[in-house]
Amino acid sequence: MLRIPCPWCGLRDEVEFRYRGAMLARPAAAAGIEAFTRFVYARANPAGWHTEWWLHVAGCRRLLIVRRHTLTHAIESARDALDAPAEPAP
Amino acid sequence: MPAPPPAPRRRSTAPPYSLWRLLREGLRAQAGWPRAWRAAAPRERYQVVIVGGGGHGLATAFYLASEYGIHDVAVIERGPIGLGNVGRNTTIVRSNYFHPANIRFYDYSLRLWEGLEQRLNFNTMVSQRGTLNLFHTEAQRDLFTRRANQMRLLGVDAEVLSREAVQARVPLVDLDNGRFPVLGGFLQPRGGTVRHDAVAWGYARAASALGVDIIEHCPVTGIRCAGGRALGVETARGFIAADTVCLAVAGHSSRLAAMAGLTLPIETHVLQAFVTEGLKPLLDVVLTYGAGHFYVSQSDKGGLVFGGAIDGYNSYAQRGALPMVEEVTAAAVTLLPALAPVKVLRQWGGVMDMTMDGSPLISPTPLAGLVLNGGWCYGGFKAIPAGGLTTAHLIATGTPHPLAAHLCLDRFARGCTVDERGAGPYPYAH
Ligand SMILES: Cc1cc2nc3c(=O)[nH]c(=O)nc-3n(C[C@H](O)[C@H](O)[C@H](O)COP(=O)(O)OP(=O)(O)OC[C@H]3O[C@@H](n4cnc5c(N)ncnc54)[C@H](O)[C@@H]3O)c2cc1C
Ligand SMILES: [Zn+2]
Repeated sequence: MLRIPCPWCGLRDEVEFRYRGAMLARPAAAAGIEAFTRFVYARANPAGWHTEWWLHVAGCRRLLIVRRHTLTHAIESARDALDAPAEPAP
Repeated sequence: MPAPPPAPRRRSTAPPYSLWRLLREGLRAQAGWPRAWRAAAPRERYQVVIVGGGGHGLATAFYLASEYGIHDVAVIERGPIGLGNVGRNTTIVRSNYFHPANIRFYDYSLRLWEGLEQRLNFNTMVSQRGTLNLFHTEAQRDLFTRRANQMRLLGVDAEVLSREAVQARVPLVDLDNGRFPVLGGFLQPRGGTVRHDAVAWGYARAASALGVDIIEHCPVTGIRCAGGRALGVETARGFIAADTVCLAVAGHSSRLAAMAGLTLPIETHVLQAFVTEGLKPLLDVVLTYGAGHFYVSQSDKGGLVFGGAIDGYNSYAQRGALPMVEEVTAAAVTLLPALAPVKVLRQWGGVMDMTMDGSPLISPTPLAGLVLNGGWCYGGFKAIPAGGLTTAHLIATGTPHPLAAHLCLDRFARGCTVDERGAGPYPYAH
C-alpha cells in the first residue's frame, strides 16, 4: 500500500487517489504534430525516480505531483500541481 | 487465414520423448534423461541475437530455425529460462478479441497451440476447456453479442449463453448476487489454459535441438549502434555481434530500447496472480467476471488460479500491493461465494509493458537491424506461438507478417492505434 503525503490532507492511503501517469507539459499549440505525438504517446518509463500525477479523488480533490521510485515505491515528495512546472515529453 | 506450419525436422541426436522412453527410464531410476537444452556459451557473432528468453524470444528462435531455415541464432537471457512473465501468468489462451485484425492474429495463435505438443514433442498440457465471460448488464450483453458475431464472421467459435445455460455449466456462480446479477455468458469453446512453464521449456528444447544457442545468466547491458544501425549487444559476457538484434524482454522493452536511444509508447506496470490450496474438481471452464476484474480457472493440481487488474501505477517492482489483493478477492467471493473459506497459498507479480493502446508491438524500429517484440500488456501468453512466428517472419524477410502488420510501432504517429477497449492513450486504463 502506497502512503502518499498529500500537502493538504496529510499521509493518506493510495486507494484514495487516482493515478494519472507521467507528469508531462503540454506542448505549445503551434509546436507541431511530432511534438504532440510525443506528448500523447512517448514515455521515458524509467526504472527509478518518476514524476507523476495523482488526483486525490477521495480527499481534497487536488491534482498532485508525486516523485516516486518505480523499483522501491519510495515516495520522495508530493506537491500541489499548481506549485511546480511539468516536464517536457521525452 | 494461413494454415499452421507442419512439424520441423529435428537436428538433435537426443531421442524424442515418448511413452516408451518414460517406461524405460522408469525401470532405470530415471538416470538416462539428458539436459532438455544445451548450455551454450556465447560466440562472437550470430546472424540473429534475441534478447530475452521468455515465451516470445524462445518461440521466435524456434520458428526462425524451423520455418525460415535460420539456425545461426542466440537467445540471451539475463536469468534462467522461464522466470519472467512466461512463468508468472494465469495461463489463459483464447482469441475472443474485438478488433478483426486481433481476432485473426490471436486465433492463428490458438490454432498453433492446438498442434503445439506434437510440433515441440513436449507436453504443454493444452486444455481447451472453454473460456466463459459473464455479462451483467444489457449493454454488456449487446457488446459481447456483437463480439461473438464478429468472431463467427471470421470463422472463429463463439456462443452466447443464457442465464440458465451459465447456471448449468457453472453451478458455483451466484447468478442473483445482490449487486451484479448475471444475465448470461459469452463462451469460446476452444479457449482454455496451457501449462506456462512447459511452454518455455518446450520451445527452448525444440529450438536448441535445431541449433539455437540458449545463453542463460547473461544480462544485456547495452546495444551497440553506428550509422543508424544496430551492430550487436553488450553483455555481462562481452560483446556479441549480430546482423539482427530482436528485443523480446516483456516489461523491460523501454529499458532495452533506451540503450539504443529509442523512446517507446509504453509504461511498465505490475499484474498479480494468485493460487489457492488444492481443491477437488469444481470448475471445468475459464470463468471471467464482468462486473469487476476477476478471472479464474482450476489447475490440474486442483488449485484455483486467478487474477484481476493491474496495480495501476508505473512499477518495475515485480511484486503486487494489497489494495488489488482486496479488490480481486472481493470480486471472487461476490461471484463465487463458495470460495470464501478457501485459503490462498501463493501470490506474486510480474512487470509488463503496457502500451498506449493496449495492443502489442511486433515491429521494425527506426534503427536498421533492430526488431521489437513487446508491449504484450497482460495478454501476451496466449500470443506466444503467433508472436514468435510473425516476429521470425519479420526478421527473416524484412517485412511484417500479414497477420501482425497492424502491430507496427508507427501506428501511433499514423493515428492507427488498435485500442480494443476504446480507452484512449492511458496504459492504466487498458
Ligand atoms: C500475473 C500475470 C498474469 C498474466 N496472465 C496472462 C494470461 O492469463 N493470458 C495471457 O495471454 N497472458 C497473460 N499474461 C501476460 C503474459 O504472461 C506476457 O505478456 C508474456 O509472457 C510476455 O512475453 P514473454 O513470455 O516473452 O515474457 P518474459 O517471460 O517476461 O520474457 C522476457 C525475458 O526478458 C528477460 N530480460 C529482461 N531484460 C533483459 C536484459 N537486459 N538482458 C537479457 N534478458 C533480459 C527477462 O529476464 C525475461 O526472462 C500475464 C502476465 C502476468 C504478469
Ligand atoms: Zn488531499
